[in-house]
Amino acid sequence: MPGEPKPTVGLFVTCLVDAIRPQIGFATLQLLEEAGCVVEVPQAQTCCGQPALNSGDDRDAAHLARQTIAAFEGYDHVVLPSGSCAATMVHGYPELLAGDPDWAARARAMAAKTHEITSFLADVMGYAPAGRRLQASATYHDSCSGLRELGIAAQPRALLSHVEGLEMRGLPGNDVCCGFGGTFCVKYADISNAIVTEKAEAIEETGAELLLAGDLGCLMNMAGKLNRRGAKTRCFHTVEVLAGRAEGPAIGEEAP
Amino acid sequence: MTAPFKDRARAALADPVLKLAIDRTTGNAERKRAAALAAFPEFDAARARGRAIKDHVVAHLDHYLELFEKNATARGAQVHWAADDAEARAIVTRICLAADAKLVTRAKSMLGEEIGLPHALADAGIERVETDLAEHIIQLAGEAPSHIIWPAMHRTREQVAELFKAGHQPPPAAEDPATMVQSARRVLREKFLSADIGISGANFLIADTGATCTVTNEGNAELTTTPPRIHIVTAGIEKLVPSTAHAFALLRLLVRSATGGEMTQYTTFHAGPRRPGDADGPEEMHIVLVDNGRTKMLADEFREMLRCIRCGACMNHCVVYRQIGGHAYGGTYPGPMGSVLTPVLDGLAASRDLPNACTMNGRCAEVCPVGIPLPTLLRAWRRRSWREGLEPGPLRAGIGLWAQLARRPRLYRLATRIGLPLMRLFGRSGWIARLPLAGGWTAHRDLPRPAARSFMDQYRAQQKARK
Ligand code: SF4
Repeated sequence: MPGEPKPTVGLFVTCLVDAIRPQIGFATLQLLEEAGCVVEVPQAQTCCGQPALNSGDDRDAAHLARQTIAAFEGYDHVVLPSGSCAATMVHGYPELLAGDPDWAARARAMAAKTHEITSFLADVMGYAPAGRRLQASATYHDSCSGLRELGIAAQPRALLSHVEGLEMRGLPGNDVCCGFGGTFCVKYADISNAIVTEKAEAIEETGAELLLAGDLGCLMNMAGKLNRRGAKTRCFHTVEVLAGRAEGPAIGEEAP
Repeated sequence: MTAPFKDRARAALADPVLKLAIDRTTGNAERKRAAALAAFPEFDAARARGRAIKDHVVAHLDHYLELFEKNATARGAQVHWAADDAEARAIVTRICLAADAKLVTRAKSMLGEEIGLPHALADAGIERVETDLAEHIIQLAGEAPSHIIWPAMHRTREQVAELFKAGHQPPPAAEDPATMVQSARRVLREKFLSADIGISGANFLIADTGATCTVTNEGNAELTTTPPRIHIVTAGIEKLVPSTAHAFALLRLLVRSATGGEMTQYTTFHAGPRRPGDADGPEEMHIVLVDNGRTKMLADEFREMLRCIRCGACMNHCVVYRQIGGHAYGGTYPGPMGSVLTPVLDGLAASRDLPNACTMNGRCAEVCPVGIPLPTLLRAWRRRSWREGLEPGPLRAGIGLWAQLARRPRLYRLATRIGLPLMRLFGRSGWIARLPLAGGWTAHRDLPRPAARSFMDQYRAQQKARK
């Protein structure tokens, strides 16, 4: 909209993206700029606190919530390439800080302007990628937190439908957990393994060349299992495909 | 008791027949429920109503309990109050012994399991016969129920044939389901007619009529409660509803969520013992109202759990239950609802694994017909477990260390700058196949090799270059 000031976005990169797969962060940044946002990456961010929150360590989780809120208060929107970290901010922070008179309102304000990237692009910015091509078949896994806590299902699919040449295949049990569950996958490794094995089998049966999802944690779990099984499925975060970056190495592939 | 749960889970995971049995039953239940809901567009409204009914009753429990007692007593039933499982067991055994009962038939009741009734009856020297087909199967196998709707769902048809062959005199002539059911009928019919006492549970206690309501798909509750001289109902105090209409509102939710049916085959109301002129019915009716932790839940953060109508949908849709089955949970109630209830019943120290062994994927809450936020309640147990120091030391240390680091962004950046290249040393090509301290991960899957430089480092370098 010419003349109107561009919305400012604080990009939260998530600790996994920061360490394991920075290109997801860069793809997110690119998409946000293409959609017409002014993007900044606050330096005071680290981890959203989800591991502490899910372990019952509310004190540490609340510390990290306050730190994150303080770092992002100045932006119109907070955007993340992860449904589960977004859900932590949207639902977890207000709950964690509900009894804190100084922070309860700030947590609610933060929650109200926090978005997962595909829902932000589709619902808030009305963005659709233009001129993207990818000749491949792909299947999509709905990560649980994004799906059930934030209602993300239609947005990534709608965005992906703009990528020319991309053939989307249904994944039976697409809304069934992959067994990642944050610390669950190491605390109850055997159970997690049984769950992700079933997921990998379902993915392999689709025959799709690519597996896409919106959360790096789940992707690492599924990609790691697929690789251990010797499957050739290549795994990408949705934003990498949307940003036209899926020609490069997939998760677990080394850049040449 | 960290090890026992994990051991039980591991044993279950290693049993392919168990997995087959679970997949057959829960898979069917999932499909049927989905079809039933597709044909029931008012489901959301019905669910909101069900939730409101239960919340109302829970908020006015004392009122409805008094009303129920008054009306049930007026119908000639004797109402007993049990504060805990021991008291409930004692009341039931006392009634049995006073009646000089030798043989007791029992229609499925999870509450009976919760209060340890089977053992109590055995200790009192009373023969107990389970009349539900599935309960009959697990009684032959000497097991506890593994699901609240299909207690024997962990057993395949083939295994049941074996049990019947060994346990029925004479054994069934063939292994087809019809012949086996006939055989069970023959064995059970004798017991129905010679039992001194019939014990049943109740799905609803109806305050304004003083009646109890029990639903089954086999009609065995009728045969358990009608011929014997005495009928004992054991029920949790949260089973109250204001009126019959409310019971039906909940019944619609219960059946669709549990089996995907529209109606149960049998829905029976018991309102007091036989009156003069009645064709049949017991001479005495006793109702044992059991608290066993429920009023405590009323006052704490687990209050919403009192809405549970025991439909089993949460376990049918749970990824963990579907891998390990009900016995691995180790309590009376398995699956997500059991993981919330077992710490109430058995204490958190003995069951802290249960609320933890959950991926928090939220599917249970999505399917729960009365909208119980199961993941939120599980998180509440984790919080309590953390606060009470029940979580294992290494986990506490790990989370604490991580949080300390994450609270210092500059130190955090430094740590990633040093840590990532170090971690990369464990990898070949793009994957790490073994990583010290991450054995839980790498035992089963590869780990993508981390980036040489974090996003933050790369981003900052770009920003500098731009300036
Ligand atoms: S918690 Fe909900 S889904 Fe689970 S058994 Fe109870 S009512 Fe059914």
